[in-house]
Amino acid sequence: MDEINSLMHGFAVALTYQNLMFMFIGILLGVLIGVLPGLGGANGVAILLPLTFTMPPTSAIIMLSCIYWGALFGGAITSILFNIPGEPWSVATTFDGHPMAKNGRAGEALTAAFTSSFVGALIAVIMITFLAPLVAKFSLQFGPPEFFAVQLLTFCSFVGLGKGHPAKTIAAMMLGFALAAVGLDTVTGTLRMTFGTSELLRGFDFLIAVIGLFGIGEILLTMEEGLAFKGVHARINPRVVWQTWKQLPKYWLTALRGTLIGCWMGITPGGATPASFMSYGIAKRFSKDGEKFGTGQIEGVVAPETAAHAAGTSALLPMLTLGIPGSPTAAVLLGGLLIWGLQPGPLLFVEQKDFVWGLIASMYLGNIVGLIVVLTTVPWWAAILRVPFSIIAPIIVVVCAIGAYTVHNAMLDVALMLMFGVIGYLFKKLDYPLAPMVLALVLGDMAESSFRQSMLLSRGEVSIFWSNGLVGSICGLAMLMLFWPVITKLLHKLRSGNNDLNGQRPVE
Amino acid sequence: MHDNDHVTNGSQRGVSTKMVEIAVAAGILLLGLVVMIDSSRVGSSWADDGPQAGYFPFYVGLILCFASIWTLWRTLFFAKTGVVVFVSHEKLRLVLSVFIPSMIYVGAIYFIGIYVASALFIGAFMYWHGRFPWVKIVPVSLLVPVSVFLLFEIWFLVPLPKGPFEALIGY
Repeated sequence: MDEINSLMHGFAVALTYQNLMFMFIGILLGVLIGVLPGLGGANGVAILLPLTFTMPPTSAIIMLSCIYWGALFGGAITSILFNIPGEPWSVATTFDGHPMAKNGRAGEALTAAFTSSFVGALIAVIMITFLAPLVAKFSLQFGPPEFFAVQLLTFCSFVGLGKGHPAKTIAAMMLGFALAAVGLDTVTGTLRMTFGTSELLRGFDFLIAVIGLFGIGEILLTMEEGLAFKGVHARINPRVVWQTWKQLPKYWLTALRGTLIGCWMGITPGGATPASFMSYGIAKRFSKDGEKFGTGQIEGVVAPETAAHAAGTSALLPMLTLGIPGSPTAAVLLGGLLIWGLQPGPLLFVEQKDFVWGLIASMYLGNIVGLIVVLTTVPWWAAILRVPFSIIAPIIVVVCAIGAYTVHNAMLDVALMLMFGVIGYLFKKLDYPLAPMVLALVLGDMAESSFRQSMLLSRGEVSIFWSNGLVGSICGLAMLMLFWPVITKLLHKLRSGNNDLNGQRPVE
Repeated sequence: MHDNDHVTNGSQRGVSTKMVEIAVAAGILLLGLVVMIDSSRVGSSWADDGPQAGYFPFYVGLILCFASIWTLWRTLFFAKTGVVVFVSHEKLRLVLSVFIPSMIYVGAIYFIGIYVASALFIGAFMYWHGRFPWVKIVPVSLLVPVSVFLLFEIWFLVPLPKGPFEALIGY
């Protein structure tokens, strides 16, 4: 039970007066970010990252990860009370959460949402506690080809699991890689795609991209909808909480299913958003009251919330053990680690024990603090949303501009942020997925260097990627993921070809 | 809003989705070509000491071109018939009414610093979009930059762009 010992040690690291305070601040900021449209987990953490540069890394990551938990909790508040998903992963929560609120059961819906988020996250953290050291130990024997293979798998799963069209997923991903390649090539010292400007020497920082794509892009989209917040008033008192808690154990199977889907989608970078939809869909199919879904069923709140929170949490597992984030927010946290001089990956578990276990312990504590905070402060957050959008929108633009500037103290970055905002707006409307682009931008250099090192090892022979069982099977899995849309289509055709001669559905 | 209520969504005037789709895919194609050309400029083959600087990006550019051509081909030949509105003129006006002030704001930061620019930006936005009275505009638009100033310059010691006004008060 090595893990338990390490975890206890981690609690000792995390449970200082100062860290608890950072945890609390993080949760509050996170809920605020989750509630406000245009600010989300990824760009919220990106904007606040520069403020943590002066903190000790453990406190900094505790605060930043708590912002993330807070944002996960906060998304549910706006979905249920206002029918506006504060975060993409809480879209599925609106289906049953908002009808419940309109029927006067807002308190019940919120309690159910928060509690199931908490349960989903808790199970995911327990999984991280026991699985992460194993994965880290296993991946210690990885060489460059294996790392490239894992990265390949990451990106291929976006194509296979994403709901967008493969062409668009690939385009977004490659755009990220191309932007990551801009600037000084550290291996050969050559300038790439700078076209003679010294400003581009630095390359494109993914933090700027995240702030622009998710922040400015979201503001433009929200503006288009001409948002007027019409919400339901909510009050949560201990009696409602208690009564809801008494009902919840009935839905343990839904919660467990949601958590498992979430954990799977979080580790393979499917992400929290598809996980929540998938969990909702499956719960609807298997529930006794399936046809009543959408009219305000607690089960319809439990399913997406457990999945979203489990996915959000388990996205940190590959980030810590392999250095490959499972979600855009995990990618931003990874960027933070690099800035603090910590190299994520298997060695982190050997060299930075305090840091890793402090972080894992803070996940337990952060979620408990988060649950208490959101249960007690819901009316305040609802009040913030009643502030007119014409006040909130310019403030968010200002905050984004500050965040973009502080990354490198460069004015060009602020202009680039606006450009990324336009890209974000266009891409969102045309169904180009943003997550693969951000991940490619973060992992671009790493993927390239592991590819180059493998090529050096094999003297340019691509066959190194199936030279042994391990790397071969990872690559094989990656190819399976890449061609998954084609495979499912073929299977579908075969099956429907047997049943009826001409399919009624148009081929899409 | 009011004059459009009786018009169905499909016949609303606006930019067609097909056009935007083609424009974006063409832009990506162009970018892919730029990446490929620049990669072959720095060398995309194999040197004595290993792969050259353009080795990896060249293939990135190649796949980028491939993906955008795929999207172009799909849009041109397989898109649903009939015009789907990407964004109606009215909504486009709303979006631009946020984006153009933001551009001016970013430009203004360069000259007058982020604090004064932010105050003016928030004030102008509240005036044009929210039609707030001045008694509300002035406090909000002053409070935000002042608290940002305290947070960044005083507490966290992170310098932000400053202009003549800040120089006047000694920063």
